[in-house]
Amino acid sequence: MLIQEIIFYAFSIIMIVAATLVISVRNPVYSVLYLILTFFSAAALWILLGAEFLAIILVLVYVGAVMVLFLFVLMMLNVDLSRVNEGFVKNLPLGLLVAAIMLAEILVVLWYKGRTGIEDFPIPEPLSADYSNTAEIGQRLFTQYLWPFELAGIVLLVAIVAAIALTMRKREGVKTQSIPKQVQADKRDRVKLIDMPVEGVEDK
Amino acid sequence: MDMILEFAWLLIRIVLFTFLPLILLVAYYTYAERRVLGAMQSRIGPNRVGPIGLFQPFADVIKLLLKEIILPANANRFLFFIAPVLAIGPAFAVWAVVPMGEGMVWANLDAGVIYILAVGSIGVYGIILAGWASNSKYALLGAMRAAAQMVSYEIALGFSLVGVLVLAGSLNLSAIVHAQAGGMADWYWLPLLPLFIIFIISGLAETNRAPFDVAEGESEIVAGFHVEYSGATFAVFFLAEYANMILIAALTAIFFFGGWLSPFEGWTFLGDSWLREPSIFWMLGKLAFFMFNFLWFRATFPRYRYDQIMRLGWKVFIPICMVWVLVAAVMVFTGLVVRGA
Repeated sequence: MLIQEIIFYAFSIIMIVAATLVISVRNPVYSVLYLILTFFSAAALWILLGAEFLAIILVLVYVGAVMVLFLFVLMMLNVDLSRVNEGFVKNLPLGLLVAAIMLAEILVVLWYKGRTGIEDFPIPEPLSADYSNTAEIGQRLFTQYLWPFELAGIVLLVAIVAAIALTMRKREGVKTQSIPKQVQADKRDRVKLIDMPVEGVEDK
Repeated sequence: MDMILEFAWLLIRIVLFTFLPLILLVAYYTYAERRVLGAMQSRIGPNRVGPIGLFQPFADVIKLLLKEIILPANANRFLFFIAPVLAIGPAFAVWAVVPMGEGMVWANLDAGVIYILAVGSIGVYGIILAGWASNSKYALLGAMRAAAQMVSYEIALGFSLVGVLVLAGSLNLSAIVHAQAGGMADWYWLPLLPLFIIFIISGLAETNRAPFDVAEGESEIVAGFHVEYSGATFAVFFLAEYANMILIAALTAIFFFGGWLSPFEGWTFLGDSWLREPSIFWMLGKLAFFMFNFLWFRATFPRYRYDQIMRLGWKVFIPICMVWVLVAAVMVFTGLVVRGA
């Protein structure tokens, strides 16, 4: 399929270029925008694989929510552009080391599974027209992988609770609003209607 | 060659059946808004251009297109001009999966609901980047408000749909409409009444409409994120906002009011009347009703305070959604509501 190959290579090139630009552009806002482009291209590649559900969720969660918060924080911080890349050379060896470890990990997994040659990765079979990736994932998640799925949910819940607990701190003398009191405010307690004669008009 | 022709033909059909009607609808929606608000506030509204002011939208468009586009000093030129495009693109792309009638949909996606949520969530970038690239404090404040508000209410909006998914058993919008067959009492607004109300209110907040329009808040931050935009660029933001309102109205009709199904489906005494048949007219009627609601709310309610908006979304709507999803599950389990295919 020529068209699929064109799409694949186009999005792959966009993705690699964007991913490189994420770490090389000076302006952090552009950095975030390139990261969004990277996610988008990844989503497009997943759709090519027939994993439409995962692709849309990638856009929904990462592009639609996580990166918005990234941008949000960056714009609030007002980063000093001249100092952004200062530590680049100094931290380069450490960065390369981490990258090498990650690459090694991937290779170890592939080697362990015995998939080292290009022939171990065949072109995926075209899926039939009535194949629904969404239904398939739902079926698997709630039957075969129910326990891992529930476990992942609990881990996330713990993370949420921890994040909220970290931000909760009490300080003396801080004035805050009491929402219940505000909601319970009643017209009768605050507004007093007084009958009074109209001034400047003669009674007849 | 055949493929290019086919592609061009598809493009022409999309423009004819979705793009142009949508733009015309937006144009007359703005006119309707001004007339309806006028009537509700004992004014007349625009009535000079053409008979009863019917050509007013065209006059507005021509005015906006002919105005000069001003680039603020020290603005980020590229992002300043890409922002309106990022706002309008998703607003139109979402319509690919929205069915207006039986089979009247461009892409009958099985993951339609999450496609809408995903593409809809991209629209917020247009607003954030517009606010940041303008290099203006009012624009930045408006963008910050809009971003936090839209991300928060996306959760309530998506969560309120989980109940619909539980009852319909599908992420496909056409299948959700089919699952509601049977008549007015079978539509999901009744078993999911709290979720329906949450969806409507979250829809208002998601489109930054009154009473949740603090992103524009003209009394505090002038016009919010688009304060520096003029002429055609402003028109594009305007178009995106109204297209999103129409989308929320259409989605309300599809998810909770049976889409193109007839409200009189079970009324056998009507005979073989067209009134009992599902048709696009029912869809358009419901769409018009929910579009009118947006205007009605705007004329009725005073603007919410920002912290109260956030509290309402996070501390009221999301807990209610969680509870009602369970209630919906119980309804399906006990057979109170028959689950769709």
